Amino acid sequence: MGAQLNPAETLSTADFEPRAARRHRAGLVWTLVFQISTVIGIIALVALLVTVLNSAFGYVAIEYTVNPATLTDGPLEDASTDELTAILQQGVSAGLYRRLEADQPFAERSHANVLDLVYERVVAPTVVQQWTLIDSLFGKRAILRAAAADYPNAEIVFQSWISARFISSPQSGTPAKAGVRTAILGSLWTVLIAFLMAFPIGVGAAIYLEEYAHDSFVNRIIQVNINNLAGVPSIIYGMLGLALFVRLLGRFTSGAAFGLADPGVANGRTVLSAGLTLGLLVLPVIIINAQEAVRAVPGALRQASLALGATQWQTIWHHVLPMALPGIMTGTILSISRAMGETAPLVVVGASTFVTVDPTGPFSKFTTLPIQIFQWTSRPQNVFRNIAAAAILVLLAMLLSLNTTAILLRNRYSRK
Amino acid sequence: MTGTIQAGDDHFAIEARGLCVYYGGFLAVRDIHLGILRHQITAIIGPSGCGKSTVLRSFNRMNELVPTARTEGQVLFNGVNIYEPAVDPVRVRQRIGMVFQKPNPFPKSIYENVAWGARINGFKGVMDELVYESLEQAALWDEVKDKLNQSGLSLSGGQQQRLCIARTIAVRPDIILMDEPASALDPIATLRIEQLMQDLASRYTIIIVTHNMQQAARVSDMAAFFMTDDSRTGYMVEYGPTETIFTKPQDKRTEDYITGRFG
Amino acid sequence: MDTVRASTDDLAATLRQRPHIRESLIQALLLLCGVVSILTTIGIVYELGSESLLLFTRQQWEQTNRTLASEIDAATLTLVTGSAGAHLYAGDVIRIGPEVMQVDRVQGVTLSVQRGQQDTAAVAHAAGTEIAKSLRVSLREFLGKTEWNPQIGKFGVWALVNATLMTSLLALLVALPVGLGVAIYLSEYASARARRLLKPVLEVLAGVPTVVYGYFALTFMTPLLRSIFGANTVEIYNTASAGLVIGILIIPLVSSMSEDALSAVPGSLREAAYALGATRFETAVQVVLPAALSGVTAAFILAASRAIGETMIVAIAAGAGSNFTFNPFRAAETMTGHIVRISGGDLSYDSLDYNSLFAIGLLLFLMTLGLNIVSQQIVRRFREVYE
Repeated sequence: MGAQLNPAETLSTADFEPRAARRHRAGLVWTLVFQISTVIGIIALVALLVTVLNSAFGYVAIEYTVNPATLTDGPLEDASTDELTAILQQGVSAGLYRRLEADQPFAERSHANVLDLVYERVVAPTVVQQWTLIDSLFGKRAILRAAAADYPNAEIVFQSWISARFISSPQSGTPAKAGVRTAILGSLWTVLIAFLMAFPIGVGAAIYLEEYAHDSFVNRIIQVNINNLAGVPSIIYGMLGLALFVRLLGRFTSGAAFGLADPGVANGRTVLSAGLTLGLLVLPVIIINAQEAVRAVPGALRQASLALGATQWQTIWHHVLPMALPGIMTGTILSISRAMGETAPLVVVGASTFVTVDPTGPFSKFTTLPIQIFQWTSRPQNVFRNIAAAAILVLLAMLLSLNTTAILLRNRYSRK
Repeated sequence: MTGTIQAGDDHFAIEARGLCVYYGGFLAVRDIHLGILRHQITAIIGPSGCGKSTVLRSFNRMNELVPTARTEGQVLFNGVNIYEPAVDPVRVRQRIGMVFQKPNPFPKSIYENVAWGARINGFKGVMDELVYESLEQAALWDEVKDKLNQSGLSLSGGQQQRLCIARTIAVRPDIILMDEPASALDPIATLRIEQLMQDLASRYTIIIVTHNMQQAARVSDMAAFFMTDDSRTGYMVEYGPTETIFTKPQDKRTEDYITGRFG
Repeated sequence: MDTVRASTDDLAATLRQRPHIRESLIQALLLLCGVVSILTTIGIVYELGSESLLLFTRQQWEQTNRTLASEIDAATLTLVTGSAGAHLYAGDVIRIGPEVMQVDRVQGVTLSVQRGQQDTAAVAHAAGTEIAKSLRVSLREFLGKTEWNPQIGKFGVWALVNATLMTSLLALLVALPVGLGVAIYLSEYASARARRLLKPVLEVLAGVPTVVYGYFALTFMTPLLRSIFGANTVEIYNTASAGLVIGILIIPLVSSMSEDALSAVPGSLREAAYALGATRFETAVQVVLPAALSGVTAAFILAASRAIGETMIVAIAAGAGSNFTFNPFRAAETMTGHIVRISGGDLSYDSLDYNSLFAIGLLLFLMTLGLNIVSQQIVRRFREVYE
């Protein structure tokens, strides 16, 4: 691509050395650099998912305290309830048997219930070794060999650490039996309270700022303040929640003022405090989102309403809000989703380290799913890695469904 | 650009042969045969939507910036079809410059605005001289010589447009394409641009698109009249010396447009 | 005539202003909602400020395990201590029994003291009485010292700030180039279809909870670093893993804000550049990027603020226990990690530990607030005018 000059031209173009080929080559190199940057983000995301999935599934070596095959002739599940009850009586201590009978007479228990008890107490499986998913998929023979060498009595089973049992079981000291039910309920409770607190206040503030506030000093301060609050690290909100809701308002947040306090809870470290703290955290973001949604409503709509003699509030309530609502909801759902993933502020506010009882109301002590993940990840034993991964999958699933709802909402209403 | 120079091509600065431009499935202009004479001001006139800008932008391959655009036919510059695969559009655009309807100086200093284009095209000479020459030719030097470091956006609309002309000149093109260069300016600024065009014609070949007939009549040496047919495709109706087009048009449609019966 | 006049009176009556009580009430209510945000800020500043103040003004008594060697009366100005226990220095304030004294000079185990300080009465003391030392944190110590160990009375915040800065710097080294590269690619190169595919992916990256990133840092990044640099160089908990993962976390922040800024540059500028014979790369980097500079700079500053405030990733992966080091492969606790660790354990409300948390929090708040304000100012003051 050299330049062939028309000899009739002046020598003007001889002053230039365009080096077009070199510039194009440099351009190609940089295009590659930019594309690689984009790919880095995707690679990181994939690596993250693979890491989590890797620990959430895999072969485990299970050793039985009592081999089920020695208990019955056929499979354990086929034994009758009476047979199972007899096995249980022989297999556990007399004291435990009496206690179980006192809780609920064996005659009244279901077959599945007794089967579970036999399995849990008599057979008592323990996980002695676990392998990652990648190892399980590609190195099965090596695993079998290692298991045969180290744990000859163990059974090799492919385990999915995330399961219906995992989701429905409460926290437990034994990692293999632990579940995330208490954590999920805690998350749902706190997020609900956060929503109930932040949504009305947030939308109210947004309406005020967009529809009523004229450009005065106070209103400008409010706006700047909200923008700044949106950028404050979440842990600071935790400290505010600790000082305000847990300590200062401890009588109210623990329910003592209403006579509903849970004696097991240390003053104000309740679901209510956690929810209110989260509410403060997402309030600025909800306000900013709602403001944008309200601002997007065309002025012509307001003018038409006012021209008919409606008051300002009537205009807002009957015309502006309904039109802005989809946008507000989308933003709110995304904020709620973010709140559900928050860990630091709730640790500061005082999530309990070991909760086995489901939260029963706003005055219960609490733990949330991200906090559970945090605690399990912080433990050194390998098996905690597995249940942490399973809990992460549960959390991601919950967030995914929330975000998908928000996106569907946005798409449906932006097609107008 | 590679290619041999053929005899008989010399008198056209640039020539469209059978040019058709599609945007996706829509045919914007069809079968344009237009030979532009050197050192003349050629005006492309016609009602809005008849493809004047499309034709203009096909002369420096700016249509390609639209992803769905497709060109058929040839545009010969110094005997070389600029749409040949071997031809680099980056090089074409240095030789064929463009001034836009709305002045769009870079948010850089006045000096940088003029110098930048020359710099990326590998200017080897003394930049200060080039900047001076370009601003001088664009009739802007006296007004900005004391504030070359100020932002180009601090100038008035008319000055900004002259700045855009100066930066186009700075890369030493052969042809300057102007897409309604004065339509965003007030009448006084417009007049200055028109005077500038006359001065520049001695050095460059100028092709201007305008919807302002009086301007075309004032400024141009040659005029090409375009229209749309029923399927909104643009085509050239008549092309000739401005005086002929405006006083003794050959085609009735041209006459109707000139006399204001439509458009 | 009468009917006309009657209707005019009616008209006047209906047109007359009626007090819109409900309207005013509603407006007041909405104003209150807006005011909640101000109350939040006031709450934050007040709580952080007051507790921090307590840190610097309260006096606590710390056990020295040193005792009086022999009994003294109420008047003597020299006393002898046992040889065991923490060192005492000139200028220390000590307490023996109910009396507070100030140490003027120390010679071996002999102290020259001023008696009856801080409104306490000088009294006699028996041999073997415990000597307690006053512990007060000064602003100079807080901001000047580099060892943070409240157990032994060290309150130099630089240890924590240093770790925070190290992780943040590493994060920015990752996120700024990559984020800007993504932004340029999406804004200047990618087709509409590619953009539609890539933007949601980046949004997903931004939506992953930080605790999951922490897990990722511990279970993937640290083993990766250990395999690259050797298990002896890289500790299990280190700031490098945390920093790199924080970087990944904030890539979407940088890229989406920068892309907004780049896309806001009008197409006419790009056209002008192309018309002069510029390549796409030259146009993107020499025309569009400078034109969007204030937006991109604001994005960078906001990313820095986000990185500094990040908690869970460092809490999980960077280590517990503060450590003043410049080696990114060693464990070091950051400001946020420390707050989380301490508040997750037993915490009594009136301890120095509790107060010190708020002092750290105040410092953190001021740092991020400062960065956020600078970012907003840059956008406001230097917002490019294209027309």
